[in-house]
Amino acid sequence: MLSLPELHMRAALLRLVRAYFTRLGFLEVDTPVRQPVVIPERNIIPLQAGNWFLQASPELCMKRLLAAGCEKIFQLCPCFRDEERGRLHLEEFMMLEWYRNGADYSDLMEDCNGLLEYVAENFRAEFAEECRSFRTSSFYGEAAINLRGGGGRLSVAEAFDRYSPVSLRQALATEKFEEILVINVEPHLGVDAPVFLCDYPKEQASLAKLKDDDPSVAERFELYVSGVELANGFSELTDACEQKRRFQDELNFLRGNNRRVTGMPERFIKALENLDKAAGVAFGVDRLFMLMLGKKSLDEAVSFAASDF
Amino acid sequence: MYNASDLRKGLKIQIDGNPFIVTDFEFSKPGKGQALYRCKMRNMISGNQFTQTYRSNDKFEKADLDERKMQYLYNQDNDYYFMDIESFEQIFITKEQMGDNINFLIDNMELQVLLFGGKPIDVSLPIFVNLLVTKADPWAKGDTSGTDTKPVTVETGYVLQVPPFVEEGEKIQIDTRTGQYVTRVKE
Repeated sequence: MLSLPELHMRAALLRLVRAYFTRLGFLEVDTPVRQPVVIPERNIIPLQAGNWFLQASPELCMKRLLAAGCEKIFQLCPCFRDEERGRLHLEEFMMLEWYRNGADYSDLMEDCNGLLEYVAENFRAEFAEECRSFRTSSFYGEAAINLRGGGGRLSVAEAFDRYSPVSLRQALATEKFEEILVINVEPHLGVDAPVFLCDYPKEQASLAKLKDDDPSVAERFELYVSGVELANGFSELTDACEQKRRFQDELNFLRGNNRRVTGMPERFIKALENLDKAAGVAFGVDRLFMLMLGKKSLDEAVSFAASDF
Repeated sequence: MYNASDLRKGLKIQIDGNPFIVTDFEFSKPGKGQALYRCKMRNMISGNQFTQTYRSNDKFEKADLDERKMQYLYNQDNDYYFMDIESFEQIFITKEQMGDNINFLIDNMELQVLLFGGKPIDVSLPIFVNLLVTKADPWAKGDTSGTDTKPVTVETGYVLQVPPFVEEGEKIQIDTRTGQYVTRVKE
């Protein structure tokens, strides 16, 4: 359980996030947490609630709002993913998502930097005393976290060249991509300042647009601070046919492995026909808060952890 | 069978006929990628350790382990004999398997024996045992030489450092995890 001062800090973080996006003219939306159809994704197991499902992300509803004409929207909401428990994973967590119509992933990286700078500055002003005592250790070591001065970009291929024992191509071919990313690459990312790992292999981005000048990679990025992945953003795939084909692949995989399947999100795909260019980010608020408190696990950054019941 | 999602610190599984205990565990899942279950494991018989990363669809056999309360009877050459308190069945464990435990073993002591596939592989002693001091140099009163401990021998033959006031014939409590003196015991 969070202490009283920590509850105040968490409330302040949520307040600052809302203030930041509202100032930029974003509309706050709240879409249903429980839905009949979820995104078919092989690596995410949805939690069932009656005959419906708890969202793993508000992505489907928010993109439909974009297609309906919204320009800039954001949402803070709980999301649920079955069987995800670890220092950096909770089955229920607080997600921040935002979307921009007419934008691409570069615009979103600027948003991420702006948000971190804004939060760091205002949080420090409000909790000067606590910041001194709390922000003494980061996830991987004792260095203080730095939310400012970010913006550096590193492509996935470059990151593998630099930190991995094998090349990106070899890692993908031997199905070691995730393992090497977690063990060899991530601890180096965002240590001095926030950094964006970008241009993911296209297999690693089922809802992202492929790069015009290199269709082997997708316009997708992950924001890292102190070795911790904080946000995942991309230029949205807006080609309805292509999206349907990719979802079908995922559905086939899920059915072939006897996994829970919720069917094709038909109305979402239909809505994509009204979307030209857009980009969106999913940002883990609990993880940011964990880093700001200098804690080592999400259990210590949420009001109640599983062990508190 | 266990699934990867059952993995956690302390879980005991069987790999290639050997019992392993998970000594360190970390779940990770990068971005949209697969879940990874990183484990550090120790072979419960040999003590060898290794690190391995598992995926969601990996499955594990349960280790055929059984912990039973037993009483120490006697030792003959290199074999230490125990009796199951419920079934009165007798088993023996070799000196090598007993390791440092023999330093704290006295007749009729009750302890936990861990069996793997019916064979004893480990014993867990009580955390604290009371043992008789059989040999101790007298404390030279007024000795201000600065040494604040002296060696004594207890009934099992084990030698340890104790405060200088402990005398021959007294009982002392020892922490079996560290092998160190805790306190004097009045009986």
